[in-house]
Amino acid sequence: MFQQSSSSDVKTGQQSTKSIRYTSKALPLLDVRNLSTSFGHDTEKLLAIDDVSFTVAPGEILGLVGESGSGKSITLRSILGLTKRYGQVEGKVLWKNQNMNIMKNKELRRIRGSEIAMIFQEPMSSLNPLLTVGLQIDENLKAHTKLSRSARKKRSIELLDLVGIPSAADRLDDYPHQFSGGMRQRVMIAIALASEPELLLADEPTTALDVTIQQQILDLILDLSKNMNMSVIMVTHDLGVAAQTCDRIAVMYGGKLVEVGPVREILRNPQHPYSIGLLRSVPEDVAPRSELYSLPGIPPSLADRPKGCCFAPRCPAAMTKCVTDRPELQQAGNSCSVACFNPQTITSGNIA
Amino acid sequence: MTYAPYAQKRRFAVFKFFQRMQPGFIVGLTILSLSLILALFPSYIAPYDPNAFDFNAVQSPPSDLHWFGTDSLGRDTLSRVIWAYSVNMQMAFLATIFSLLIGVTIGALVGYYRGFSDVVFGRCVDAIITFPFLVLVIAVVAVLGPGLINMYIAITVVGWVYYARLMRAEIMAQMANDYASAGKVMGYSDSRIIFRHLLPNAITPVIVYWMTDMALAILLGSSLGYLGLGAQPPEAEWGVLIAEGRNFITTAWWLSLMPGIAIVITGFGFSLVGDGVADLLRPRG
Amino acid sequence: MTENTSLLHVTNLSHQFKIDPSIFDVILRRPSRYVKVLNGIDLNLARGETLGVVGESGCGKSTLARCLVGLYPLQNGEILFNNQNVSHKTRAEQRDYNRRVQMMFQDPYSSLNPRMTVGQVLHEALSVHKMRSETEIPERINELLDLVSLPRDAADKLPHQFSGGQRQRIAIARALSVEPEILIADELVSALDVSVQAQVVNLLLDLQERLGLTILFVAHDLRLVRHVSHRVAVIYLGSIVEIGSSDSLFANPIHPYSRALLNAAPSIDPDKKNTTAPLTGELPSPLNIPSGCAFHGRCPHATEICKKSKPELKALDGHGEIACHHAKELALS
Ligand SMILES: Nc1ncnc2c1ncn2[C@@H]1O[C@H](COP(=O)(O)OP(=O)(O)OP(=O)(O)O)[C@@H](O)[C@H]1O
Ligand SMILES: Nc1ncnc2c1ncn2[C@@H]1O[C@H](COP(=O)(O)OP(=O)(O)O)[C@@H](O)[C@H]1O
Ligand code: SF4
Ligand code: SF4
Ligand SMILES: [Mg+2]
Ligand SMILES: [Mg+2]
Repeated sequence: MFQQSSSSDVKTGQQSTKSIRYTSKALPLLDVRNLSTSFGHDTEKLLAIDDVSFTVAPGEILGLVGESGSGKSITLRSILGLTKRYGQVEGKVLWKNQNMNIMKNKELRRIRGSEIAMIFQEPMSSLNPLLTVGLQIDENLKAHTKLSRSARKKRSIELLDLVGIPSAADRLDDYPHQFSGGMRQRVMIAIALASEPELLLADEPTTALDVTIQQQILDLILDLSKNMNMSVIMVTHDLGVAAQTCDRIAVMYGGKLVEVGPVREILRNPQHPYSIGLLRSVPEDVAPRSELYSLPGIPPSLADRPKGCCFAPRCPAAMTKCVTDRPELQQAGNSCSVACFNPQTITSGNIA
Repeated sequence: MTYAPYAQKRRFAVFKFFQRMQPGFIVGLTILSLSLILALFPSYIAPYDPNAFDFNAVQSPPSDLHWFGTDSLGRDTLSRVIWAYSVNMQMAFLATIFSLLIGVTIGALVGYYRGFSDVVFGRCVDAIITFPFLVLVIAVVAVLGPGLINMYIAITVVGWVYYARLMRAEIMAQMANDYASAGKVMGYSDSRIIFRHLLPNAITPVIVYWMTDMALAILLGSSLGYLGLGAQPPEAEWGVLIAEGRNFITTAWWLSLMPGIAIVITGFGFSLVGDGVADLLRPRG
Repeated sequence: MTENTSLLHVTNLSHQFKIDPSIFDVILRRPSRYVKVLNGIDLNLARGETLGVVGESGCGKSTLARCLVGLYPLQNGEILFNNQNVSHKTRAEQRDYNRRVQMMFQDPYSSLNPRMTVGQVLHEALSVHKMRSETEIPERINELLDLVSLPRDAADKLPHQFSGGQRQRIAIARALSVEPEILIADELVSALDVSVQAQVVNLLLDLQERLGLTILFVAHDLRLVRHVSHRVAVIYLGSIVEIGSSDSLFANPIHPYSRALLNAAPSIDPDKKNTTAPLTGELPSPLNIPSGCAFHGRCPHATEICKKSKPELKALDGHGEIACHHAKELALS
C-alpha cells in the first residue's frame, strides 16, 4: 500500500527537496563517533553520555537498551542536535558522511524531520492538543514536501490508513484527546513518516502501551523498515521488544556503550557482566517463584560516576584494575564489542 | 534526579535554611522586621507625640526638625506615619488571619469530602464573588457601622472564600497522590489524613496568598480609612492620613505622599516575603 | 459453594463511576452516564497463595484492588474476609479490616508523604494501630527496615532521598508494619527497572514465605505475574475471562483473549516469534460495553451466540475456569 502511494503522486514532489536515497552498502548511513554530551558548567560538569560510537546501516534496526537514566534518550537527542541548547555536544555524528554536529541550524533543519524523523517517549505530550490531527500531519507534509493542498490531504489519509487507524478520512478533524494512547502513538508515527525518512529514531515507542497494542506498533515499524528500507534506532528498556524487532543491540550503562553486537549474540552469549545481569533478571525460563537473579545496588547518579569502570561497584566480576581504569569498547572475538576487562559468559561460575 | 545521596547531616539544617534564602526574601524580611519594630515600639522611635499640636510649625515642608514635614495643625508627619504602623500592621494581620483560619478549614474539609458540601460551598462562593470585593465589604460596613472591628468582620465575611477556594483546589490536587489513599488504607482517621498529611503539602500557595492578602488588607484598610469607613480620625492610620492631606495636595504634598510611600514599601515587603516563603516551603527533591 | 475455606471471598463485585456531565449534557438534558469498570467479579484467595491479576490498562485492575481495600465504597456484590461480610459498617471495623488487608501502590513517587521521614511514616502506622508500646517502637522500626533490606539510617531520611526501588521497599515496610494477612500489590514494580524489579520481587517472595502472607499481585507484565503467582486471573473489560493455576494458564491458555494477550508478550528469544496474528482493534470503552461476550468484536472465533449472550465463568476439565461459549472446542484445537 505504501509503495503504491509513494510511487504515484508523491515522488514527483519529493525528489526536488530531498537528496537521493542512500543505498550504498559499503558506508554506514549513520556513523556516530566519540559522541559525548555534558550538562552544566566546568565546575559541575555532568557527563550524560560519554564517548559513544556506533553505526547504523541502511535498513538496519539498532536497539539501544539500558536502565532508566543510562543516557538512551540523550543519545538520540544528541544525534539530532536537540541537546545543543542546554548541553555541550562533542564528537562526530556522520550522516551520509557529513558531520551533523558542526552543521548550521539551517542545514540541520533540512535533515531533521525529513531524512531523520523522531518519535518521542511520551505520546501524550508530543502532540499539540489544540490542533487537529489532520492539521499536524499536514504541517509536516507542508514543511518537507511540495505537494498541493489536496494532495497533502490525500496523503494524510493514506498515512493514517498506513498506521492502521480505522476510517482515517473521518478522523483527520479529530483532536488528539479523542484518540486512545495507542492511536496517538500511531498518529505520532504517521507524522514522523510523512516525509518518508531514511532513519527513524524511536524513543521507547511502546513503553506507555499495552502488550497487544505494542505488538501492533512493533509490527508496523518492522513492516515499514522492510518495505521502505528505513533504518531505525529503537530505544527500549524491554529486552523482549529488542529481541523481537532489532538486528543489532547496543547495551548502555552509565552513559557509555558497554556491549554492541548482533541481537542473537547479545541475548544468547552476552559477555559484559551488566548485560548478563540485565538478561538474567528477566523472569523468563526460570523456575516459578524461585529467586530471580538481581544485580545488587542501583545505577550511579550522574554526579558521582566511579572513576574506573562505571559498573564496578555492582559488578560481581570486578577486579582491582576495574576501580582505577576505564575499559574501552573493543572487538571481542566474534561480531561483538565489549567494554570490560574481565568478560564473562552467561554460564561462567563466578557470576551467580 | 531521583536519587540524592544523604550527605548533609541534620545539624546543618538551620544553616541550609538560610543558605537557601533568596536575596529578595532577605530584603522583604528586613522590610517587614523594621515595620514590625516600628509597629511595636512607636513611642520609642517617633521623634514627636503624633497628636501634639505645634502652631509654630503649621504645614512646614520637610526639614531638619520635621523630616516628613507637618500638617495643618503642626503635627509631625513622620511621627504620625510611624504611629500608623501599629494600626496598619495590626490591620494586615487581623483583617486576614480569621479569613485564613476559616477558609483553610472549610476549604480542606470541602476538598476532602466533596459531595454535597461541595455543592453548598460552590453556591456560597458564587454568591460572594459575583459582587466586587470592595463593594461587598463597604456594604457590610454600612450595615455594621464604621470602625476597625467592624471592618475586620466585613473583610473576613467576604475574604474567607478566597482562601477556601484555594485550599479546596490544592487539597484536591494532593488527593490525587497515592499517599492520601495510602493513609486511608492504613486506617488513619480523616482528620489525621487531612491535617497531618494533606494540609502540610497543600498549604504553601495559601501562605503565599496570605502574604499578598496582608498587603491588600493594608491597602483596603487605608481605602476604607480614606473613605471614613475604617479607622476614625484622629487615629493615625495611613488611609486617614492620606485623606487628611488630600485638600492640601498642591500646597503640602508631603502629607499624602509620605504615608503613601509607607504603604508601597510595606506591601512590597509582604510580596517579597511571600515569594521567599514559597521557595522555602517547596518540598525538596 | 458449601464450606468456604478461602481467606478472601469475593462474589459478583461490580463497580461503576459516574461521568461528570459536560456542559452539553446539561443543556441537552442527557441522562447521566456511567463507566462500568467492574462487571461481576468472583474471586477466592486462599491463605498463603499469590493470585496474579493481568489485563490491559483500563480493564479495571486498579479499581478491583481499590474496591478490595475499601478505598471505593462497595456498590454491588459481596466481600467476605474470614467468612465475615466486609460491609465497612463502622470506622473501627473498617480500620481493623484495613490493618489486616493492606495495599501497596504503583507510583513510588506519590505514595509517600514528601514531608515525613521514613521513621515518622513507620512510627505513625505502629502507634495509630497500637502495634507496639511507645517504647518498643524504635526497635520495631529497625526490625522493619531490616526486613525490607534498607539501612537503619534510612529512618531519618525523607522520601526524595531514595530511589524508586527503595521507595517501594519503604511502602512494603509501611504495609508490613501493621502485620496484615493480605497484601494487595497494584503494579508494585511496574515503575522500576528490570534489575531493581528483580530485587523487589525477590523481597516480596521471601517475605511471603517467612510471614505466610496472602498476596494479590496486580500487574501488566505477564512474565512477572507468571513468576510470582500460584494462580492467575485474566481480566477483560471488568470481567474475569479466565482464571486458573499459573502453570496451566500460561502453558495452555484457552480463552481467545488470554491467548492473544500471552502471545503478544515479546519473548527475549529472538527466534521465538509470534505465531498467531496480533489482535486487531483496541479495548472498547467501558462506557458502552459490547453486548454478549465483551470480546466478540476482536475475537477470531466469535459466532452468533457470542453477540447475544454473555458467557459465564465455567470450570473446564484439565484447565481453570473460562468464560467463553466455545471453550470446549478451543481446548481441543
Ligand atoms: N537537561 C539535563 N540536565 C542535566 N542532566 C540531564 C538533563 N537531561 C537528562 N539528564 C540526565 O542524563 C542522564 C540520561 O538521561 P536520559 O533521558 O538519556 O535517560 P534514558 O536512558 O532515556 O532513561 P529512561 O529509560 O528513563 O527514559 C540522566 O541521568 C538524566 O538525569
Ligand atoms: N475515579 C474514576 N472516575 C471515572 N473513571 C474512572 C475512575 N477511576 C478509574 N476510572 C476508569 O475505570 C477504568 C478502569 O481503571 P483502572 O482500574 O485504573 O484500570 P487498570 O488498573 O486496569 O489499568 C478506566 O477506564 C478508567 O478510566
Ligand atoms: S570492567 Fe571490571 S567492573 Fe567493569 S564490568 Fe568488566 S569486570 Fe565488571
Ligand atoms: S465467547 Fe465467543 S467472542 Fe467471546 S471469547 Fe469465546 S468465542 Fe470469542
Ligand atoms: Mg528516555
Ligand atoms: Mg492500574
